[in-house]
Amino acid sequence: MSDFDDLYRDIILDHNRRPRNRRRLPTANRVVTADNPTCGDNCTVYLRVEGGRIAEISFEGSSCAISQASTSIMTSQLKGKTVAEAEAAFAKFKNVVTTGRAPEDEPEQAAFAGVHAFPARIKCATLGWHAALEALQQPDQPPPAS
Amino acid sequence: MPADFSLLRADFPVLHQTLAGGRPLVYLDNAATTHKPRAVIDALSRFYERDNSNVHRGLHALSMRATDSYGAARARVAKFINAADPAEIIFTRGTTEGVNLVAQSWCAANLKPGDVVLLTEMEHHSNLVPWQLAAHRVGATLRFVPIVGDNAELGLDLDALDRLLTPQVKIFAFTHISNTLGVTNNVADLCARARRVGALTLVDAAQSAGHEPLDVRALGCDFLVFSGHKMAGPTGIGVLYGRRALLDTLPPWQGGGGMIANVDWQESTWKPAPERFEAGTPNVADAIGLHAAMDYLDTLGRPAIAAHDGTLASCAAVALAEIPGIRLLGPRPGSPRAGLVSFALKDAHAHDVVTFADQDGIALRGGHHCNQPLMRKLGLPSTVRASFYLYNTEAEIVTLAASLRRIQKFFGGA
Repeated sequence: MSDFDDLYRDIILDHNRRPRNRRRLPTANRVVTADNPTCGDNCTVYLRVEGGRIAEISFEGSSCAISQASTSIMTSQLKGKTVAEAEAAFAKFKNVVTTGRAPEDEPEQAAFAGVHAFPARIKCATLGWHAALEALQQPDQPPPAS
Repeated sequence: MPADFSLLRADFPVLHQTLAGGRPLVYLDNAATTHKPRAVIDALSRFYERDNSNVHRGLHALSMRATDSYGAARARVAKFINAADPAEIIFTRGTTEGVNLVAQSWCAANLKPGDVVLLTEMEHHSNLVPWQLAAHRVGATLRFVPIVGDNAELGLDLDALDRLLTPQVKIFAFTHISNTLGVTNNVADLCARARRVGALTLVDAAQSAGHEPLDVRALGCDFLVFSGHKMAGPTGIGVLYGRRALLDTLPPWQGGGGMIANVDWQESTWKPAPERFEAGTPNVADAIGLHAAMDYLDTLGRPAIAAHDGTLASCAAVALAEIPGIRLLGPRPGSPRAGLVSFALKDAHAHDVVTFADQDGIALRGGHHCNQPLMRKLGLPSTVRASFYLYNTEAEIVTLAASLRRIQKFFGGA
C-alpha cells in the first residue's frame, strides 16, 4: 500500500463523502470554531453538555477530506462521553496520527495511522478534536442564534 | 532568444531529480518561489569563496570588491526596471519588507486621521496587513477597489476605482499580477487615475518582475516592490523602488550602522537614500545572486518569458476547463492570463488535491494563497494553484490534467 492509499483509506473517503452529524445544533450550549490558518479551513463544533456528559454533538465547516472524516468520526465517538473520557479519546487519537501506531481496539481511529507520514496534515486530522476539547472546557452558553 | 524553452531546463539543477516512485518532478509552484539557474548558484558560491567581506566601511581588498559588487547589483536593478538613478533602489528582504518599509516610513510622516489608503480586493496579505497596521496607528481608513465577476474574471471595477479616488486618498497600493487570480492590472492606467487626485502609488510587482519587462518611468508609479526569489534569484533579497525626490523626504524606518551621517548621544542625522533605509549589514551575497538572475532573465528576454508563461497558463486553463466539476478563477479560458491558473474541484478539497498530485510528482499550491478576504468573497475556503515559469513545458500540463481527472474521480466516488 502506498503512503497515499494509506492516508486515504476507504473509511476516510466514506466519512468525507457522507459526513455523520454534519449540521447545526440549535440546542447546543457550547460552540467553538477552530481555524487552520495555513489553509483557511475551519471547523465549528456544537455540543450539548448535560450533567458532565456530551448529550449531543455535531459540526459544520469546510475542510479537506482528512479533516471532514476525522471530525465526523470524532462526533460519533464522543457522544455520551464525559470530559475525562473525551480527553482520553483525543490523547489516543493524537498518538495514532503522530506515531502511525494503529490501536487494534479502535478501527475507526486506526484508519488515521497513515496521517503520520504527512506531518503537514496532522493539523487537518486534529482540527475538529481541538474545537471539541476546547468547547468542553467552556462554561455553558445560550443556544446559538438561528 | 532560444527556439525551445525546454532546453533551459538544463540550467536548473533542481529540476533533474526523480521523486519517490521514480516520477520526474513537475514543479508548478512558481508563484510561491522559482528555481535558480546554475548561474545564480555559481554567483553565490563565487562571492563566498573569493570576495566575502562586509561592505562600505572596509578599506581592504576583499571589502572593496564586495562593495563594488553590491553597488553593481544596485545599478543592475535600476537598469532592470529603468529607474532614473541607482539611489532609487533600496534592497530589502523581499516584497513584504518593501511594503512594510513604505507603510511605516511614509505613513508615519504623511498619513493623518481621516485619510484613506486605497487597496484592491485582490491584494496578497503582504500588501494588506502592513497598511492595516499603519492606518490603525493614525486613525486612517482602508478602502478597497472591488473585483468584478463571480470568479473575478473581469478584474478590477474601474468605475468603482474612480468613485473611490477622492482627495482623501493619500496612497493607492495595488498588485500588478494577482497571485490568486492570474489577473494582470493595467499599472500605467491605475497610476494615472491615482495621480489625478494627487494620490501616490505603490505597485506590488512580486508576480511580474521575473516574468515581463518593467519600466517604472513609463508606468508612472511612485513605489514598486518585488522579491528576488520569485524571479530565479535567491531568497532573502528584494527591492523597493521609490522616486528619488520622495525617498529623500522619508524618515528612516530602522536605525543602525550604515544609515547614519553623524551620531551623537541624543541625536543623529541620516544618509540620503538608499543607505538611509538599509540599516545594518546588507544582504550582499543575495544582492549579487539577484544580479546574476537579472542577467539570466535578460539574456532570454523578458518579453519571450512573458509569452512563454502566458501561453502555458492559457493552455492549462483551456485543458482544465474540460474537467467535470472544476471552477476556474480569473480570466475566462481562452482569454489572456498571467502565468498561473487557480481553481477548485467540486468533490476534492484543495489540500487533498495537492497531496494527491504530489504522489504524481506534481508540486502545486493549495490554500487561501494569502488572500483570505478575497476567498471569502468568492465563497471558497481555498483553491489549488498551478503557476508556470520559463522551464515548464506543455507536456507538464498534460500530466497535470491527467492527475486532476484521477483526483476528481477518486474523491467524487462512483
